[in-house]
Parts: sequence; C-alpha cells; structure tokens
Amino acid sequence: MTVRLKATTLVAGSAAAETLVLLEPLSFWGGLDSESGRIIDQWHPQKNAVMSGRVLVMRAGRGSSSGSSVLAEALRRGTGPAGIVLLARDAIVTVGAMVAAELYGKSCPVVLASEADWTAITAAGSLAIDAQEEAATIEI
Amino acid sequence: MPVALSSFDQSLLSGEQGEAAAFAMRLLVRFAEAVGAERFVDIEAAHIDGCLYLGQVSLDFAEHLVRLGGRVRVATTLNVGSVDLIHPELFHGSEEIGRGGARLMRAHEELGCVPTFTCAPYQTMFRPRFGAQIAWAESNAIVFANSVLGARTNRYGDFIDLCCALTGRAPYYGLHTGENRRARVLVEIESVPEEWAEAGLACVAVGHAIGRRCSDRVPAITALPASTGEDDLKALGAVAASAGAVALFHAVGLTPEAPTIEAAFQGRAPEEVIRLSAEDLRDTIGRLSTVPDGTPLTAVSLGTPHFSLAEFERLMPLIDGAPPAIDVYVNTHRAVLEELQRRGWDERLRAAGVTLVIDTCTYVTAVMRDMSGAVMTNSGKWAYYAPGNIGVDVAFGSLADCVASAWAGKVVRL
Repeated sequence: MTVRLKATTLVAGSAAAETLVLLEPLSFWGGLDSESGRIIDQWHPQKNAVMSGRVLVMRAGRGSSSGSSVLAEALRRGTGPAGIVLLARDAIVTVGAMVAAELYGKSCPVVLASEADWTAITAAGSLAIDAQEEAATIEI
Repeated sequence: MPVALSSFDQSLLSGEQGEAAAFAMRLLVRFAEAVGAERFVDIEAAHIDGCLYLGQVSLDFAEHLVRLGGRVRVATTLNVGSVDLIHPELFHGSEEIGRGGARLMRAHEELGCVPTFTCAPYQTMFRPRFGAQIAWAESNAIVFANSVLGARTNRYGDFIDLCCALTGRAPYYGLHTGENRRARVLVEIESVPEEWAEAGLACVAVGHAIGRRCSDRVPAITALPASTGEDDLKALGAVAASAGAVALFHAVGLTPEAPTIEAAFQGRAPEEVIRLSAEDLRDTIGRLSTVPDGTPLTAVSLGTPHFSLAEFERLMPLIDGAPPAIDVYVNTHRAVLEELQRRGWDERLRAAGVTLVIDTCTYVTAVMRDMSGAVMTNSGKWAYYAPGNIGVDVAFGSLADCVASAWAGKVVRL
C-alpha cells in the first residue's frame, strides 16, 4: 500500500530510489568523497557507505559551509544522492543542491519532513520524492 | 513562511540589476527560507571564502557569474586562495589545483573583489566599523569581526557570501540582530599557569575550551590576562571557531559589547557557568600536541590566521644570527608584506632562513617542502586542522618556543 506524506520543498525536483538513512549527521566537507560518493568521515558509523543514486535521509546537516561545494561537486560528477530528506532545515545542503541545479541542471530535490512521519520514512527502504515549488510529497 | 522582499529585492530578482544579481538573489531567497529569515538587510561589506579550489564546481560558479557580467555592490575582500600568486614557485601540488586555483582567484578579481587573499581582512584597510552589518565568510574572520570589532555577521560560506556581495543584501537573522548577540554561557578563568609569560597561550586554551563546550551558544569570558592584545583575541577566536561553531564571544572589559558582565548578558542570567583552572588550561594546551617534547621537527609554521605587523615586530628580535636548523614558514598577506618591504624586513627574514607565504596558508595547500616529520606551530587553529588536512604530526607552543625549536631542530620549551 502506498502512503503519501506531506513535506516542505527546500529544493524542487523529483526522485525515487532506495534510501540511505544516516545514523548521525554528516559534514559533507571532510565527510564525503565527491569522486566516489563514499562517506570518508573516520568517526561516522557509516564510513564507506556510498550515497550515489540513493535518497539520503538525515535528521540534520553538520559542519563547515564548504560542504555546499562538496555536495555540488558530487552532483556535478554524478556521484551525489538522488534526493535528500531532512528533519531540520539546513542551509549548507540547500545551497549545494541549488547550485548544482542552477549550474548543471542536475536535480537533487531536498525536502523537509515532519517529525511525526520520521519513523515511517527511516523504515521505508525506498522513497519517491515529488517536490514542487509550492508543496512536496514523499511516497512510501 | 515566505521571505518579505523590498522593492529593491524584487528588482534584483527580476533582472533589473543585471543577470548575475538575479541569479545571486534567487539563491539568497532559498537560503533565507532555509534559515528562517523573514527579510533582508543592507550590508556594507563582504568577505569571500570562494578562492580555495574545492573542485570544478568552485570555478564553474565564479566563471558563470563573470559571464553574466557580475559585479560586487559593496567593498568585498577575498580569503586565501590555493596558490601564492606572489611566489607561485612555492606551490608543488597537482596541476589541476594549481591552474584552477589561480584562475579562481583571478575570476573573483574580475567580479570586482579586492585581491586581499587573506583570512585576516580585519588587518587591512577594509576593517569594519562597530555595528556594521556585513556578510563575512571564513570562521576566524567571522568571530573576530563579531567579537573584537562589534560588526554583525552570521557564519556565511560557500556561494552565499558571494551572492550577498553581488546583491548588497543579507538575510536578517541570527547575529545580525541585537538580541541574538546576548551571552548565554559565563566562562570564568580562575587562574592562569604561572609559567606562561605570553597571554597567547591562555587565549588559545580558553578558545579551545569554549569551542568544545559552548558550540554556538555565545560565551562571555572573564579574567583573561591583563596583557591580552588583539592578536591574542584573534588566536582565541580562531581556535574556538575550529573546535566548535563559535561565531561570537565576549571578553568582559576587552571587547566592545561587553564593558561589564551585565552588558554581555543584556541583563539576563547565564544558562551555564564554566570555570577553567590553571590545570584545565595546561591540559588543553598539552593535548594540542600530537608528539612529545624533544621530537625532531621538519618545519615550523606561524601565521594562522595571517601574521600581523605587530606579530612580526615580536618575531624580528628572535631571528637574527645563524639560520634555523629546519624550514620556517610565516603566512601573511599583501598589506603586511608591503610594510615588511618598506622596512627591509622581508630581506632580513629571507636571510635568516624564513619563508614568507602570501595569499594562502601552509595547512590548506601544498607549499611546505618537507612534510615527512612533525611540524611546530603557535596557532591553535593550525594544530587543530593540519593533522587531518595535510597529515602531519603537530607540536604546539608559544611563539618563543617555536622559534627556539626551529633553531634546535626539535621540540624544545623555554
């Protein structure tokens, strides 16, 4: 059965893919290798996981604003995530995805989910994001 | 909630102020929504951290704006780049970074930015006035502008700093507003180790502690050493912003928004009180070194953030005589270099075996000749980042310890 959840659009676009649910926030700067799409933060519990083509599910962003460049560079190279679902607004992630869309036409929708839906989202395995300018939905 | 737009903001978005400004304003509106700002505010100045080459996207972004005819609308300084354009021969990294980095620096000049290439823009003629609304990037510059100068900026960075410069607007939130500048945490220094002759060590220790324990809650520090000067506050802020997300601290009796504890807390009570003893400070400094005393060194690196003229005045009497046993680097910027040249000190430094690095910094790019062994520094920020960034072991010490160690070729303490 498909469940459709309401969300808020931070960056528009659509994506459907398997999820990568981060157990802890990740700083893309120093934490993501833009050449391979791999998590390289020595201290992150999911070190070596690859986010390419996955819907990245993370509660919040973390770390240096240089993370915007690293995310945009990964999206340019095609190693970045297909979409991102957040629980807290994050300017670093938003700007990185916006720049990739503006410069390269590479779409990586970023949406803000609500706390009440978080358990279902992290358990889903795969998600479809439809993020329009006005409103977004997440399909489980 | 949508961001309220002034008629000028709308003219930026519509392209009346040019295509580059429209592009920048589109990004800024998204950013403002993501941080929850309700409107924009005029800024007087910007400082851009976009000259460090982080991949093709860095260059594509700047060149896109150049192609659109972009021009900054306020006085805009530039942070360090990936290469020393004054001494290009120092660079020995990859060709992609060397060429891309130099082009990136030039592209920012074409947008009308001033080629300061320094992480210490507050040491140049572009030092902001008290109360100025500005959009600055580079964590140490941000914390210095807010704390020591009383200018107002959030922690801007990648892409957004340049968007603010191209529009002259910044989202009004966070530290742009007076109430968010209120101290939350009281940091009391109970005592400072007697053996520390320089205030710098205490400042680095306190900075590291507030970075780890306050994160983005504004601290007010009491009882810093009476001799604490501007360069010591610079070092404090730089390490605080490395170890945590500190963008503003108050030092009671020293910084402009904290003439008294009450003023720093805007009449409210602290949420937390942190007491630091001499032993705490000594421990913190000890943990900044990854190697023990006596370890052979391959280099000493000074000037992170960029060495000021006042710091050169302290260094000069220490360097005359036989050349050091190992490489000594001092990172600084063009305005200081000009003054060194006027005084003939650049020649004296070179003769004494000191390499001046301009426009960049030893921990962000490949300029150090030998990185096979440990490096000593008097910078808490350098000590924090260099092991991860360039993979070296680090010894931390005072300026005098660093100089003595350079001549000894190993870590010595005075």
